[in-house]
Amino acid sequence: MLVYTLKRLSLALLVTLAVSMLSFALLYLSGDPAAAIAGETANADDIEAVRIYYGFDRPWVVQYGEWMFNAIRGDFGTSYYFKLPVSQLVADRLSVTMLLGLCGISFALLTAVPLGVAAAVRPNSIIDRIALFLSVMGQAMPSFWFGLVLIVLFSIKLRLLPPSGSDNWQNFVMPTIVLGYYAMPAIMRLTRAGMLDVLGADYVRTARAKGAGEFRVMFKHALRNAIIPVVSLAAVQMGFMLGGSIVVESIFALHGAGYLAWESIGRNDLPTVQALILVFSMFYIVFTFLSDLLNAWLDPRMRVG
Amino acid sequence: MTNTTETIHAVAPKVEPEVLSGPTPRQILVTKVLGHKGLMFGAIVLLGIFLMALFAPLLAPYDPYHQDLMHRIVPPVWDAKGSWDNILGTDHLGRDYLSRLLYGARISLAIGAIAALISGIIGTSLGIAAGYFGGRVDSCVTFLINVRLAMPVVLVALAVVALFGGSLEVVITVLGLLLWDRFAVVMRSATLQLRSMEYVTAAKAIGCSTKRILFSEIMPNITNSLIVIVTLEMAHAILLEAALSFLGLGVQPPTPSWGLMVSEGKQMLLFQPWMIAIPGVALFILVLAINLLGDGLRDVSAPENRN
Repeated sequence: MLVYTLKRLSLALLVTLAVSMLSFALLYLSGDPAAAIAGETANADDIEAVRIYYGFDRPWVVQYGEWMFNAIRGDFGTSYYFKLPVSQLVADRLSVTMLLGLCGISFALLTAVPLGVAAAVRPNSIIDRIALFLSVMGQAMPSFWFGLVLIVLFSIKLRLLPPSGSDNWQNFVMPTIVLGYYAMPAIMRLTRAGMLDVLGADYVRTARAKGAGEFRVMFKHALRNAIIPVVSLAAVQMGFMLGGSIVVESIFALHGAGYLAWESIGRNDLPTVQALILVFSMFYIVFTFLSDLLNAWLDPRMRVG
Repeated sequence: MTNTTETIHAVAPKVEPEVLSGPTPRQILVTKVLGHKGLMFGAIVLLGIFLMALFAPLLAPYDPYHQDLMHRIVPPVWDAKGSWDNILGTDHLGRDYLSRLLYGARISLAIGAIAALISGIIGTSLGIAAGYFGGRVDSCVTFLINVRLAMPVVLVALAVVALFGGSLEVVITVLGLLLWDRFAVVMRSATLQLRSMEYVTAAKAIGCSTKRILFSEIMPNITNSLIVIVTLEMAHAILLEAALSFLGLGVQPPTPSWGLMVSEGKQMLLFQPWMIAIPGVALFILVLAINLLGDGLRDVSAPENRN
């Protein structure tokens, strides 16, 4: 287990390094950052001055090395727009995004797991059909559009929820639904498939034969086993979800890290964008790492390879 | 898509008299395709949208770029204030909504198809190489897939489009370069399975070149799963383009893109909800059709469904 953990940890670190290099290359080498910062009205001298001021004239390996060295110590430079340390900016906004992610995955699990179980207990029943319908809808509906439809429904027609902002819990209801909805289909399908598998297993038959009640069989024997892969899927989904929160946060003007990313991109605030890409990648890497460890801990066969 | 239209035509002459010993594999496939409701629905709707996009210049009642500031925000025909002059109404610059919707279909389909093609080429080559050669090549490709999955797609795409400037070409290239992960994952495992097949070993034994084995032994046998992923990634690319355009960093105005139309309609959310409903529903139907087609193709081509 220790060997496996160390192996996966080093892989995770390598992936992080590669992502940071790639995103650095993308942002600093694809266009001319100096020209972008100086703006459209700047002349060649202005651009040159900006280039020297920000150090873009140095070789990119030096620039990357410096950036990475500082990033390891938690210093992501200074935001061009806010003139504040990027790490502080990101840390302030991250709590909102993490809260949103947590609400989203809870919502997804609380709806998808019961639906998946119900669908597996009665295949082809009305509940199974509804579950299938929901997941087909979820795959085809653009998230930004779903968000706007919710705003029209709950904010404009019913006047129940505020359309935007991030001050109290009501602001989180609609973003949670939108974000969670997109994690639902995968969780639901996996729960359903896992339950169908487990319900045919010998130990479930034995439990029934011993006279265990249906409720006990379902939850104590079946679900406990079927839920294992779902938990690790949920961890991976959580990583994906935080990366996708940029769209949701911008619809509902929820001032989290995703919203900051969107604003910073519009303002050519490269240090902030760079830091956020790394942070969002880290989420995915950390959650996949945890999910791998969880799998390996629960199932020793996974520890090979 | 062309495959499906072919099969639709192929079924027209129903009887093939020379067949005596049961249906041929092709006929079995045709019956299965025609019997799959989701697949047929997806194929027909997608064909319809494709034809609408193709003949947009003939079908569109107006020029999609023509502004008529005297007739701004006219609601669609089913509204009390609507008229038959602009069946789906006009937008905030007085441009005919139906015409923009028809031309917008071209953007969505083009982006979906070309982005899926680019990512398909990248992902399939990586996946086949990893699955066939194994060892170090496999480790490298698996690492690349991990790196790609860790990059937040929307964020990276937004940042790159912002730096390069939003044009159709940039959006297509960025999406094509970002969406190859599923191709690589599926092609890798498919090739891994095929590699140990007897006919591959036989081809190796008689001294076929690697190139020949890859192209005539491996490739034909992974086409089925390839087609399924092409459809799914097409849908994915279309949704992402819409999201990028919605956030203002995708296709730029005045190009008619459905995502952009939703974004422009957002300003009138309060009084004119139809402005976001129409392009949103269009996107939903297109992506639903592609997904149903892909799921259907997977069902039909799945080995456990073969008799």
